[in-house]
Amino acid sequence: MTEFTPYASLIGGAMIGLSAVLLMLWEGRIAGVSGIAGRLLPPYRDGAFLSRLGFVAGIVAAPLLMTWGSGQAIAQTISSNVPLMVVAGLLVGFGSVWGNGCTSGHGVCGLSRLSPRSMVATATFMATAFVTVFLVRHVIGG
Amino acid sequence: MSFLVNLALGLLFGAGLVISGMADPAKVLNFLDLFGTWDPSLAFVMGGAILVAFVGYRLVLRRHEPIIGNSFHLPTSGDIDSRVVIGPAIFGIGWGLGGFCPGPALAALGLGATGTLAFVPAMILRMWAARLLADGQMRARAA
Repeated sequence: MTEFTPYASLIGGAMIGLSAVLLMLWEGRIAGVSGIAGRLLPPYRDGAFLSRLGFVAGIVAAPLLMTWGSGQAIAQTISSNVPLMVVAGLLVGFGSVWGNGCTSGHGVCGLSRLSPRSMVATATFMATAFVTVFLVRHVIGG
Repeated sequence: MSFLVNLALGLLFGAGLVISGMADPAKVLNFLDLFGTWDPSLAFVMGGAILVAFVGYRLVLRRHEPIIGNSFHLPTSGDIDSRVVIGPAIFGIGWGLGGFCPGPALAALGLGATGTLAFVPAMILRMWAARLLADGQMRARAA
């Protein structure tokens, strides 16, 4: 069980949305993490490497600063099954780049722009994720 | 300058991930577990983010150009091709297995859990390989 946190989730979500809006205002780019992280390694074509590095560094640093600032550990429950997590990472890495977006690029930015492509993409990854969790928790693990 | 602005925006994005609960795979997996210990919180994350971005994008895109650079880089292809189904289908399976999508996985990196340290390098390298493959296909089609 995890606690239902509608207010914190709404506020955190609004912060994610605001970050996406400000990135569009600043340099006209979509705040899609797979697009940004997927271009951290070469080849570099568009001169936006430092921007991407900054954005990723910010995401990585945020929880560390919050932990230091508040003195409280951030609650996380992560599988320590290494082969499972490697496979999950490979699937997420391939799928998000192949589909040109993940939860942020398609799910937040694309849906906000009412992009039909993003609607198809979001419906698809939600569907396979629901089915995967159902199979893992209630068929295989059940 | 762009580095610093992006760093600040990344901090805002990352803090949002943590505050919303999205950086905890247990919460993500419970959201995806409709028939078990369902936690609807993540619908509020998406709702909050889309609400702000829906309004904010409309305001920003009234401008002729962003603050730096001379054009908005918006995805132009509207085609529903096989990639926009196959990619997300595979992504969703990985998301359902690990409870991580790319943003939260990066946010979790510094906290150093074993599962995160297994997930993130695999994800980054596979993203890179997928991009090279996609670029190669595009070049082959153009040739």
